[in-house]
Amino acid sequence: MTQIFAYIPFKNGAAEDVALEYPDAAKKIDPSAEVTAVVAGTGADLDKVADAMTGIYKEVIKIDHAELAYPNAELVRKALLDVLPHDALILLPHDTFGMDLAPGLAVKMDSAYAADIVDFEGLDGKDLKMIRQELGGAVYTHVASDISSGAVITVRPGSFAPTEDTAAGGSVVDKSGDVKDLSAKRKFLEVVVAEVGDVDITKADVLVSIGRGIEEEENIEIAQELADAMGAVVSCSRPIVDAKWLEKSRQVGTSGQTVKPKVYMAMGISGSFQHLGGVKGNPFIVAVNKNPKAPIFQVADVGIVEDILEFMPELTEAVKGL
Amino acid sequence: MEILVCVKRVPDTAENEFELNSAGNDLDRDDLVYSVNEWDNYAVEEAIQIVDNVGGSVTVVTVGDDESEEVLRREMAMGANNGVLLSDDAFEGSDGKGIAAILKAEVAKGKYDLILTGAQADEGAGQVGGMLSAMLDYPYASLVNKIEVVNDTTIQVGREIEGGNQEMNEIQLPCVLSIQTGINEPRYVGIRGIRKVASVDVPVKGAGDLGIDPATVGKNGAKTRRVDYFVPDLGDGAEMLEGSTEEIIEKLIEKLKAKGGL
Ligand SMILES: Cc1cc2nc3c(=O)[nH]c(=O)nc-3n(C[C@H](O)[C@H](O)[C@H](O)COP(=O)(O)OP(=O)(O)OC[C@H]3O[C@@H](n4cnc5c(N)ncnc54)[C@H](O)[C@@H]3O)c2cc1C
Ligand SMILES: Cc1cc2nc3c(=O)[nH]c(=O)nc-3n(C[C@H](O)[C@H](O)[C@H](O)COP(=O)(O)OP(=O)(O)OC[C@H]3O[C@@H](n4cnc5c(N)ncnc54)[C@H](O)[C@@H]3O)c2cc1C
Repeated sequence: MTQIFAYIPFKNGAAEDVALEYPDAAKKIDPSAEVTAVVAGTGADLDKVADAMTGIYKEVIKIDHAELAYPNAELVRKALLDVLPHDALILLPHDTFGMDLAPGLAVKMDSAYAADIVDFEGLDGKDLKMIRQELGGAVYTHVASDISSGAVITVRPGSFAPTEDTAAGGSVVDKSGDVKDLSAKRKFLEVVVAEVGDVDITKADVLVSIGRGIEEEENIEIAQELADAMGAVVSCSRPIVDAKWLEKSRQVGTSGQTVKPKVYMAMGISGSFQHLGGVKGNPFIVAVNKNPKAPIFQVADVGIVEDILEFMPELTEAVKGL
Repeated sequence: MEILVCVKRVPDTAENEFELNSAGNDLDRDDLVYSVNEWDNYAVEEAIQIVDNVGGSVTVVTVGDDESEEVLRREMAMGANNGVLLSDDAFEGSDGKGIAAILKAEVAKGKYDLILTGAQADEGAGQVGGMLSAMLDYPYASLVNKIEVVNDTTIQVGREIEGGNQEMNEIQLPCVLSIQTGINEPRYVGIRGIRKVASVDVPVKGAGDLGIDPATVGKNGAKTRRVDYFVPDLGDGAEMLEGSTEEIIEKLIEKLKAKGGL
């Protein structure tokens, strides 16, 4: 039987959604697995999360330490090394926290490492069979990890079905005493909140969203004209902001804004999970992309294989003529 | 400041349409266009800018085959001072830990204050930097979008976290950082720049030169292995609108009207 530990990240006393998704992931790893939740932090927020987790997990390990008030990955790693068995199978989210913590944890645990897993296909002897993507979602791969000496695995948030079972009646085990030294060479200073821009894309009903397919800064005008004709707002993917063509507040995605429009027009956007992670509320998605194999077509409602630089002006004219 | 930047040669997602080979278990690699991992260009640019400000040198390193030398030369054309290619048959089939272990051996041969990697590469794992730091017992910060040198032993770094917020940290040198896109604007490299570095010597080091036991890297050392590539059955996906552009637009406008888009 596999012993699985699920690390529960939280903010302001509330566990992140992935806490509900681990049980489904664990069941796919091994239907008979026992899953223990692990929460680290300090004070009332931590207690609140630990309590909430007893509804989902039979056992909840709590690590309370003043130094863990902010989840500094270097400190959390030290705490986990002191508390968890080194042949454990540890689940973390593949997000900015998990990416910070997990690879180094796998080295220190001397465990196998697998990142950004979107599905599990169960155990085959010592091997755990998993599914992940490469090349920005363009291809899928099966990977296998030898988990006999433990494993650290990050799962993609939103890839597993959230549990509805919240009456597990679990209990909290306080392992704070197991933690030894919590000194670190990296010190957390503060969080600088993202600047608010002139345009609030989170309030728009219709977004004309442009990606790297726009090719040149001057071409943004073409998208703006379409947006004006449709009464829509222009948003974008990350490379457009990286190139400083539009301001950060226009970026849709996990490291940008979360939008909930009625209609989302993805123009020259490939459809990476970090981009789609910011598109919520099940909008009607129209994707225009010159590559018929672009991953965006898997999630869009309507797909059009065209060059956006030619297609958008024609659509603008047609909309104006209505 | 002595800076080492790890770079990887990857298939260019903008230039390729990816297909499986006839056996259906690997990419059809015959006509793939390769380039430097996008994130690594930001890392090299950042290293060059730091050295411009405080002095020192930039070395670029990659674990790869003969063809990987081209990405080192490209980064040297950007302004990196030295390039090192780590190449050996024994390295083939390494998992992320294997790659990190090979890089660690090279780090041990130098005296670097700062080691930069990209936040992630073509496989989307984002693993090598964090592993390398743990192997070296150096501190680490991932997804770095700001670096400020405080003094010889300390830097301040911003990490990009969810929602585009920035987590500021103080970190002791030597350290490993993974660099996020957008931290700077990587300079353009022209043909002339590449030509200038065409004859610069790029040393090649194998397992023996690095003092690596071949059994610990490559296929043998890998606890994680890729089994195959495949095309999943994902259901229907989007309804594809076909016909002339005019016809497509007509159909699209009907749908947009129905869904509140117009
Ligand atoms: C931690 C982290 C956080 C991230 N956060 C975000 C985020 O918040 N938001 C985000 O967007 N990304 C984010 N990313 C980046 C993400 O992984 C992708 O790199 C990015 O979303 C790709 O943007 P794109 O689709 O515009 O570009 P690409 O992937 O390059 O796709 C461009 C598409 O345009 C098509 N195209 C090209 N020319 C044309 C044309 N003339 N006509 C029609 N189609 C054309 C191409 O076929 C391709 O499909 C993040 C990455 C990391 C590591
Ligand atoms: C034919 C083939 C077979 C493979 N077989 C396996 C296998 O069996 N098991 C397995 O797990 N993996 C396998 N790989 C993947 C390979 O080992 C990867 O290079 C490794 O896993 C790290 O890449 P990544 O994309 O995960 O890097 P990431 O961790 O996502 O990259 C982050 C950063 O690390 C640095 N980096 C990454 N790779 C290198 C490098 N090679 N040299 C220098 N710096 C680097 C770069 O700075 C990069 O920006 C195979 C690859 C190929 C092409």
